[in-house]
Amino acid sequence: MSSSHPKESWNSRIGIILAVSGSAVGLGNFLRFPGLAAKHGGGAFMLAYFVSFLIIGLSICWAEWAMGRAGGQKGRNSSPGILAAITGQSNYKYFGVIGVLIPVMIYMYYVYIEAWCLGYSVNFLAGNLDFSNGEEASAFFGAFVGAGADGSAFGFGIKQVGWFLVAVFILNFILIYRGLSRGIELFCKYAMPALMVLAFVVLIRVLTIGTPDPANPDLNVNNGLGYMWNPSKTIVESRSSDGAWAKINEVVGDNAIATATAQAAADESLRVRKVSLTQQLLNFQLWLDAAGQIFFSLSIGFGVIINYSSYLKRKDDVVLSGLAATSANEFCEVGLGGLMTVPAAFTFLGIAGATGSTLGLGFNALPMVFASMPAGALFGFLFFFLLFLAAVTSSLSMLQPGIAFLEESMDIDRKKSVSVLGIITALGSGFVVYFSKDLKALDTIDFWVGTFLIFVLATIQIIIFGWVIGIKRGLKMANQGALFKVPPIYGIIMKYVTPTFLLIIFALWTIQNVFGYNILTGEQDYSSYVKDLFIQPNGVARFSVVLIILVAAFFTILTAIAPKFKSNDEGGNAK
Amino acid sequence: MTLGGWIIMIVSVCSVTCLFSWCIHKVLTTPEEEEDKMHGFEIETPDTKK
Repeated sequence: MSSSHPKESWNSRIGIILAVSGSAVGLGNFLRFPGLAAKHGGGAFMLAYFVSFLIIGLSICWAEWAMGRAGGQKGRNSSPGILAAITGQSNYKYFGVIGVLIPVMIYMYYVYIEAWCLGYSVNFLAGNLDFSNGEEASAFFGAFVGAGADGSAFGFGIKQVGWFLVAVFILNFILIYRGLSRGIELFCKYAMPALMVLAFVVLIRVLTIGTPDPANPDLNVNNGLGYMWNPSKTIVESRSSDGAWAKINEVVGDNAIATATAQAAADESLRVRKVSLTQQLLNFQLWLDAAGQIFFSLSIGFGVIINYSSYLKRKDDVVLSGLAATSANEFCEVGLGGLMTVPAAFTFLGIAGATGSTLGLGFNALPMVFASMPAGALFGFLFFFLLFLAAVTSSLSMLQPGIAFLEESMDIDRKKSVSVLGIITALGSGFVVYFSKDLKALDTIDFWVGTFLIFVLATIQIIIFGWVIGIKRGLKMANQGALFKVPPIYGIIMKYVTPTFLLIIFALWTIQNVFGYNILTGEQDYSSYVKDLFIQPNGVARFSVVLIILVAAFFTILTAIAPKFKSNDEGGNAK
Repeated sequence: MTLGGWIIMIVSVCSVTCLFSWCIHKVLTTPEEEEDKMHGFEIETPDTKK
């Protein structure tokens, strides 16, 4: 923060809690979490999920809150400035560049998805989403986002994303221009409660669906919840010529299980098998998915919390605020998202409709679900509007770290930094939206920045907290002004367990998702993201990575030459 | 849904709801600490005290 510009701060404690939880609550809470829980079996997944929450989620969250506030007290609000100030070592500023790069790059494609949510809610109101089958839903989605050809997303009709993109882009920048308390905090104070109320309304509708199609009695909301939460799963397997059994599908509901059992009794190449909770817990993919969900859902390792908390006052309680913000996210994820989307999709479309990718569930399956239910246009509008609110509160948080960084590194005021960031993100979003064929640019940036770099930054942050700052001093920083202190056991967890757990998860994730090595079978096939760059080069994927590198280089140069990052003169050494 | 499914769902949903409610209750009922004020010199000095 330049001494020549007024220091910004939050208006109230509840304001920053809603802002941080707003940053965390997004599409993943309502679409990704339920899909993963259903895939792995509710009981086993929730066990791994809560373990990950305690080991990874709370640890990194408290570390980020404490480091951010400490950096803010030294006059720094950007991730490079904060890391340099609290470690007392100027070179750590370069690690901090990742904390600016991640939110800015993610914003470039997230605002595009945000526009889809707004577009879908408006189209539900206009009665344009009355699909009768999956092909219609897929066709509408493809045309709306321009997935058919590059450049086709720049259409400006109601059934195209153009105007919606312009609207959400302007909305974000108006709010961010108004500043922390009059923009982000004010919006989140209304948007977060509104989002929860909308979610309750849709949830009540879903839970009272009953059995919409009497001809398919197994497709009811009770079985939908069972598909999501049952601790054991019933699967049908077939035997191949070499004698190995392979899963065909999962069955849910008494009638479906009875039918599958009868078929298996009549056919020796089929069998019905129950997979217990213990067997599911032995599946390492389940642990990887649970840890990943906690990780991405809480916005840790994102560069946002460390920035938001830098605007706190010296005696603000980061332990309670951190716990409150994460619990708000968990409530939205488990308490609302976990009861809503997958059970609804199962009830109308069966298991086939309730599985698949996050975007597939959200923008193909669920529109069909709402189209099938009474007053579906209204509930479809409400659901996509709640996703839109969740997306705005998240995208706002992606802009503030960039604003703070530009203010500090270029010594400019908020007006100018908003303008510079607006140009950078408009160019980046334009790139992502133009190269919309198969959503290649979006997918590539999401993988390398939205997944890979987040692992990297979170690992760096927890190691800095536990080993560079030192766990004793780190916990002292966190406990300052706290109503209750971080439990002492977290000293050991944050120093040893979290980094180890994180490094193992990161290594396994890299082996599997980058190098394409299947640990269980030993087979290897490079991931499509690596193939796109080196093996079967794809121009858009390569340009996307070049864009990431260009933005990273720009931020690194600014970090290197900015007088404020060259020494800790202004803030002084934190030690 | 099986009995195990009901138990897991209720325990999971109730635990996050209770944690969230407790946190919000604490946040709303605990007064925020005022920042330390910068003091100037004391007007009343020890030698003026009786």
